[in-house]
Amino acid sequence: MIHDFGVVWGERGLLLAGLGNTVLLSVLAAICALVLGALLSTVLMRQSKAPVLVARVFVDGLRCTPFLLFAYILYYGLPSLGINFDNWSASLTALIVYHTAYMAEILRSAWAAQPRAPIEAGMAFGYSGLGLFRRIVLPPLLLTAGPVVGNQMIQVIKDSAFLTVIALPELTHAASSIQSRHYVPFAAFIAAVLLYWALCLVIEAGVASVGRMAEARR
Amino acid sequence: MKRLDLPAVAGAPTLQLAGISKSFGSLKVLENISFDVARGETVCLLGPSGSGKSTLLRCINWLERPDGGRVLLDGLPVGISTGGVVMSDRELALMRTRIGMVFQHFALWPHLTVLQNVMEAPLHVQKRPKAEVVEEAQAMLRRVGLLEKQDVFPARLSGGQKQRVGIARALAMKPSLLLFDEPTSALDPELVGEVLAVMRDLARDGMTMVVVTHEMAFAREVASRVIFMDRGVVVESGTPEAFFNSPNTERAQQFLLRYVAAPAAPTP
Repeated sequence: MIHDFGVVWGERGLLLAGLGNTVLLSVLAAICALVLGALLSTVLMRQSKAPVLVARVFVDGLRCTPFLLFAYILYYGLPSLGINFDNWSASLTALIVYHTAYMAEILRSAWAAQPRAPIEAGMAFGYSGLGLFRRIVLPPLLLTAGPVVGNQMIQVIKDSAFLTVIALPELTHAASSIQSRHYVPFAAFIAAVLLYWALCLVIEAGVASVGRMAEARR
Repeated sequence: MKRLDLPAVAGAPTLQLAGISKSFGSLKVLENISFDVARGETVCLLGPSGSGKSTLLRCINWLERPDGGRVLLDGLPVGISTGGVVMSDRELALMRTRIGMVFQHFALWPHLTVLQNVMEAPLHVQKRPKAEVVEEAQAMLRRVGLLEKQDVFPARLSGGQKQRVGIARALAMKPSLLLFDEPTSALDPELVGEVLAVMRDLARDGMTMVVVTHEMAFAREVASRVIFMDRGVVVESGTPEAFFNSPNTERAQQFLLRYVAAPAAPTP
């Protein structure tokens, strides 16, 4: 067994390259999904019915689609409609679009639970539109929804593992290659799990620091 | 967004309300309300709960959209432009920067410190230079006696302190008119005095204010004029002396009996 881990250590370059790609993919996707989700939550909170309905269908539709299936559709399905993605852009698009739906719903529900008065004060003091959202509505939302947003970011990292099926060289893909090349499945996959776990600890630390900021303001 | 510095129309009173009406469904809450507020006046809106005072106040800056009537601030239209078109959110927002508002439940921004609360709109809505805004915000906090709390978050303040920050925040906009929506109703009795004291100073310094309140002693002492409302109409208006000493209408007499003459309930 020790020997098996030694073999994995020998392939650490491959594993770390996979980790690098996972980090790159997850960070880009999480940031984009948070920004787009925030914008989409403003549509979900509108008064007029039609835009809300369209956004609602988008959000609920995606939340009920398994991520793996969604990635298959983008990479294998869309080319039959004449839309071609390489595996990087298919991967990024899949992660961003899919998690935008979740982020929007997370921020919408946190928003609905916010007291109305400070937002009204923002309007009375001359804020409107996106300025009102960015400076008055969003900051308290991010503070209260911090733990749930962090949870969703962990989900982004884990979903990125599915992208091995469209041959993206991320961490799970690297672990797979190592095990098939050297027949060390246990050691290779455990090494990958530990690295995923390390990434989640980083997110947890971020959530904790947002939590401390929220606590100071509560 | 650029600061709107349309000059006030010369000679116009600070606020003109003409024929303001408002219904919630089939319930008429305001019916044809008209009055002016001159520069430097403190007008107190009095009346029983549900008489429409707060709704009227919120119609002045269009937080509540009136069904009919016109609002003019410094002679300039609020909500509906001179051409009769309803203003865009952005146009309305620009007019609102000229009207300060103090809320019953304070409505401070919880993610910002006291100083940041006061600086927020002057800096990001009016886009005034930062050095000037900091200096003025601190001057406003000194005026309400809370400069030493400038780096504290609102959650750490008492109700009275929160409301004084609310007043400093409104003053920092350099508004033509200050609106107070029951500013002491959410406060513990022992904290009411510190807020009223600040408001009394503002009135003395010539700030133009419209105050919805149940503090009769305050209205009697500070108001230039009181307006008594009941069931969505102005029943009576006049100087505080005239209103409190010899009200003309029966409704006002009954109201005063209940709120002023009634022996104070023993406090536990």
